[in-house]
Amino acid sequence: MSTEARKPPPQIALKIRRLLGGKAGWNGVAVQFAFAAILGWIGYEIVSNARANLENQHIAAGFGFLRNNAGFDVNQTLISYTGSDTFLRVFVVGLLNTLVVSVVGIVFATLIGFIVALCRLSPNWLLSRVGEIYVEIIRNLPLLFQILFWYLAVLAALPNPRQSISLLGLAFISNRGLVVPSPIGERGLEPFLAMLALGIVASLALRFYARRALFQEGRMIRIWPYVLGLLFGLPLATMLVFGPPFSFELPQLKGFNFAGGSRIIPEFVALTLALSTYTAAFIAEIVRAGILSVHKGQMEAGSSLGLSRGTTLRLIVVPQAMRVIVPPLTNQYLNLTKNSSLAVAIGYPDLVSVFAGTSLSQTGQAIEIIAMTMGIYLLISLLTSAIMSVYGWRVSRSLGA
Amino acid sequence: MKRVTLALTLALAAGLSAQTADAQTLKTVKDRGMLSCGVSQGLPGFSSPDDKGNWTGLDVDVCKAIAGAIFNDASKVKYVPLSAKDRFTALQSGEIDVLSRNTTWTISRDTSLGANFTGVTYYDGQGFMVKKSLKVNSALELNSASVCVQTGTTTEQNLADYFKANNMKYEVIAFGTNDETVKAYEAGRCDVFTTDQSGLYANRLKLANPNEHMVLPEIISKEPLGPMVRHGDDQWFDIVKWSLFAMVTAEELGVTSKNVDEKTKLENPELKRVLGSDGNFGEQLGLTKDWVVRIVKAVGNYGEVFDRNVGAGSPLGINRGLNNLWNKGGLQYAPPIR
Repeated sequence: MSTEARKPPPQIALKIRRLLGGKAGWNGVAVQFAFAAILGWIGYEIVSNARANLENQHIAAGFGFLRNNAGFDVNQTLISYTGSDTFLRVFVVGLLNTLVVSVVGIVFATLIGFIVALCRLSPNWLLSRVGEIYVEIIRNLPLLFQILFWYLAVLAALPNPRQSISLLGLAFISNRGLVVPSPIGERGLEPFLAMLALGIVASLALRFYARRALFQEGRMIRIWPYVLGLLFGLPLATMLVFGPPFSFELPQLKGFNFAGGSRIIPEFVALTLALSTYTAAFIAEIVRAGILSVHKGQMEAGSSLGLSRGTTLRLIVVPQAMRVIVPPLTNQYLNLTKNSSLAVAIGYPDLVSVFAGTSLSQTGQAIEIIAMTMGIYLLISLLTSAIMSVYGWRVSRSLGA
Repeated sequence: MKRVTLALTLALAAGLSAQTADAQTLKTVKDRGMLSCGVSQGLPGFSSPDDKGNWTGLDVDVCKAIAGAIFNDASKVKYVPLSAKDRFTALQSGEIDVLSRNTTWTISRDTSLGANFTGVTYYDGQGFMVKKSLKVNSALELNSASVCVQTGTTTEQNLADYFKANNMKYEVIAFGTNDETVKAYEAGRCDVFTTDQSGLYANRLKLANPNEHMVLPEIISKEPLGPMVRHGDDQWFDIVKWSLFAMVTAEELGVTSKNVDEKTKLENPELKRVLGSDGNFGEQLGLTKDWVVRIVKAVGNYGEVFDRNVGAGSPLGINRGLNNLWNKGGLQYAPPIR
């Protein structure tokens, strides 16, 4: 008589047990399911209770309002919009306005932040004091105050449109914003764009080829003359064949304001300035901390190889510092995006202003609108974090860490 | 931030409490010993705090009249200053008992917000204010102008309608609060400031040089302003509604805050009914018999309230116009108390 070995439970069951129950085994799994059920029940109660109460009080509910006409106008729209468009379009208009101010703000904040950090680290006494003063003043004043300061300072310094400052008769600066000639596509536009795209792709391919040659065979290939030719020569050649890609519509003073041309409104300028200078102060400190975290010996090793200070920073110190810099930098990018909702104080039509503000009070549907706004901010933040995580991962990988 | 907090309160209130819309407002107010009244963040003549923090204005007097009717003490009011866009959420969430904040009565607000208008305290219309130096004499000359407006108002929508109907272009700059809007107009960000005409006169007083600005003659909309209460409490709705009517009725009958005591002694049947020595209308409302007397003692009749806050006796100096009594060529009319 032979005893058969007991069959082990299937692998998948073990995995589920470990995943859900941890060390507590199947009991743990039961607790987890009970907890999930209670959470689900609470959520259901809240939603159904809210619905019933809203109905009781005859407060309109649901997302049907998104298809209604908004009936109000917005002064900066990246897509075409009029008062007879829907609330859904208002949502998109507001979202794009938030995104554009965030992206432009992030770019400037990063640039200014790095420059200030390098100033603070500079052996030049004056430069490092200037950097220090910048950081200490900017980061210690409330952001809302700074936004109002820039807005009122920008407005107060500028003349009205009839006395606007003319830049060669092409662009005009007044308290209505900066008006520049707007490009209008001509017959040559499509081939021009096609050649530009081709030039960019070819340049990238060339760079890839040159780097491979450098790392694998140790050959230095000088590519910049070819890149110049591809990026400028090709499009210029198409212009000769097909004619110019754009013509420009010049702004002209008509009545109260400029007609024609494109305009950057002062609210946008003030908000971008305030957000980027404010966030830059924090970024500067993060960058400084990152660079100081790289051992002094690295810098000395660079100089002993005969590299200049700038080259050592660029090739040796900054890549190592980036590993430390990227995670807190992500926080600052998220802060900037969220802080852009202070726009309502100066009348910049961002998402919170036009959707969670105007649309909310026109429709009265607070729960739906606030939920949508919170959802989209969450999505933007998660996307930003994801992108920065990928970047951070690439930085670490390239260092072989 | 306040808006988000309010919205969350609303979501929680709606989600967690089983029955919020019970007919409980009067009891809640009495238990609390205070009327919670939503007012503006500062609009001279309607609701604004003075340098000692005392609130005055036509909308404020509506709050005082209600508090007077309930507590016989016009000071038992907690004023909650609200921006245009926060006001309805504050009412829905139960933070305030009545919204008395120059709010225009429209069908969409009456039907979709879960709240009701109780009457009209001021018949208004939207107008435009410009700098005199622009040499504009009519709103029809405003093509391509920049317009400053407070966000979350009917004003914003009327503006879009008016410029579209007249085939004119404009640029709108919308601010969160009245003060920010006025400041931007003063800083020259826009050529035109638009709101209800009474608001234009009130805000003109806030400018550094009121005489350099003028209100254009056009009135582009009907703006009947009045208080709002939540749906579902008919008793409370009646109290607020009849507090307004009591003020108008008192003016009709010539009862003022000065002569109210003498008038109660007169043997006039209508006066006896209204002032409570005959009948029990006040008790049917859930108040006391002398509710009208209490209101008139608290704030005076409608004419006194108008005159003191926005009319001839105030810096605004606005004519009675549409807001005169129905038998004097205006629209103010109260159903009979009998």
